[in-house]
Amino acid sequence: MIQVDRLTKQYGPVTAIRDVSFSIEKGGIVGFLGPNGAGKTTTMRILACFMPAAGGTARVAGYDVFSQSLEVRRRIGYLPENVPLYGELTVAAYLDFAAEIKGVSRSDRKRRVAEVMDRCDLADVQRRLIGKLSKGYRQRVGLAQALVNDPDVLILDEPTIGLDPVQVAEIRALIKSLAGQHTVILSTHILPEVSVVCEGVIIINRGRIAAQGSLDRLAEEFFPTARIELQVTGPAEAVRSALRQIPGVLRVEHQGTANGAGIFMVEAMRDRDVRAAIAQLVAERRWGLLELHQAGMSLEEVFLRVVAGEEFAGGEATA
Amino acid sequence: MTGVRAVFKKEMRLYFTSPVAYVVFTFFLLIVGYFFYSIFAFYNLTSMQAAMNPAFARDLNVTDAIMRPLFSNTGIILLFFMPMLTMRLFAEEKRSGTIELLLTFPVRDGEVLAGKFAAAIVLFVMLLGLTALYPAIVGYFTRVEWGPLLSGYLGLLLLGSSFLAVGVLVSSLTENQIVASFATFAILLGFWVIGWSADLAGGNWRAVFQYLSILEHLDSFGKGVIDTKDVLYYLSVIALSLFLTLRALESKRWRG
Repeated sequence: MIQVDRLTKQYGPVTAIRDVSFSIEKGGIVGFLGPNGAGKTTTMRILACFMPAAGGTARVAGYDVFSQSLEVRRRIGYLPENVPLYGELTVAAYLDFAAEIKGVSRSDRKRRVAEVMDRCDLADVQRRLIGKLSKGYRQRVGLAQALVNDPDVLILDEPTIGLDPVQVAEIRALIKSLAGQHTVILSTHILPEVSVVCEGVIIINRGRIAAQGSLDRLAEEFFPTARIELQVTGPAEAVRSALRQIPGVLRVEHQGTANGAGIFMVEAMRDRDVRAAIAQLVAERRWGLLELHQAGMSLEEVFLRVVAGEEFAGGEATA
Repeated sequence: MTGVRAVFKKEMRLYFTSPVAYVVFTFFLLIVGYFFYSIFAFYNLTSMQAAMNPAFARDLNVTDAIMRPLFSNTGIILLFFMPMLTMRLFAEEKRSGTIELLLTFPVRDGEVLAGKFAAAIVLFVMLLGLTALYPAIVGYFTRVEWGPLLSGYLGLLLLGSSFLAVGVLVSSLTENQIVASFATFAILLGFWVIGWSADLAGGNWRAVFQYLSILEHLDSFGKGVIDTKDVLYYLSVIALSLFLTLRALESKRWRG
């Protein structure tokens, strides 16, 4: 649905993105992740046909964003960062405007506007001025506007920024419900957002794609081993050496004690689940097992490794 | 075309949900009304004097003594008010960031511009329409010459539209409404006073300055003369300004 090939853009002497390439399948939700200033917004603006790229090509829904810009724009819904809306219009008037300018036919317009208001939970505020709405409602109006032409592709730039936790959860649920019918690309610098909402992730750093793929694949790539955390009551040294004996375990670390129990971190090969063996061992030795869980490779850690790796590589190159 | 309509409707809504339209209408009519009153009262006085002097009365007519000065005064007042109708059009969209959405809707930049310009023109026509009260008052007392009246309004329409076109251009160049309004005003003022320097300049420059003066071209319309030279002048100001506005929008896209 979206193919981006070696996209490059400069603002004066500053290169915002360089050789950015990725592609997104139809119906997928992909998170576009990166620190502030990494080039997320620039990439999305190019995809939304707000600005042309200096080099490379991008195709959305089969059309080129530069030479067939109007065709692309008919098929996208775009939510820019900070949700720019006309504060002096009512929600209903604004959505009617968005529907008309996006080419929704006169006969369908009322129905479409009612549908998106329903979907984004805006019916109660439809007669209020947008300028008087809370941030959460404004964000929903922005989403409703993006959805009103039933687009193939949704481009959402930081859709949850500045919302309170409840609103964030609502917006995420809304976006998640869009998967399947729409292809969604959303940018964020909030890591959990991607793991909650997205299927795939593209990590961008300093204007370059640093990593991309499904979350699981990235976790495997950057963390080849699994980590298990457990709390066991028993003599720390004995526990440690016993755990080390379990086949598949690569490393055991004693991280301290809490409530009289030792906290251990076990690093094991990914292809072999050692948790059952650990539980059995602890039971045989008659120690107390207080806690045992596999520490998920959080996206945060993947991200830090990717970005840190980049930084390191960059340092080498300039040295 | 639906794009033009959508933008047009939105702009009209914004004109009337914000106080701008009401403020401009109120004060414009107040000031033009005051000018009309003083011109009318003066005509009243002179016609009473003329009643005792038939030779003088022969040269007195409504078109020359009321409508023409009223039109040229209105032209000057428009110079002050038109920038307020256009200052918001692009500057506010740029400041609030809504331009980013507007320019990613499936409409050409030209359609956006056409919708906005049309909204400003329609608002201006409504404003002009309200001033029809003054000729109507004159018509109540005496016979109005329709030809010069209509050509005078055509002149004001062209004049006001070129003010609006310049205003739209300036608005597309800044993010600040006050800057947009003030710069438009300054440019229009410049095009007015350039006519004054025509008197000082000699030779060919005199003709050039005179031709450039934006209010100079209004006068013959008031007399009932529609000169292609004047019509062409206003139309080229409009066309050039709108063309440059489109270029400014395009440049905005490339620069981000």
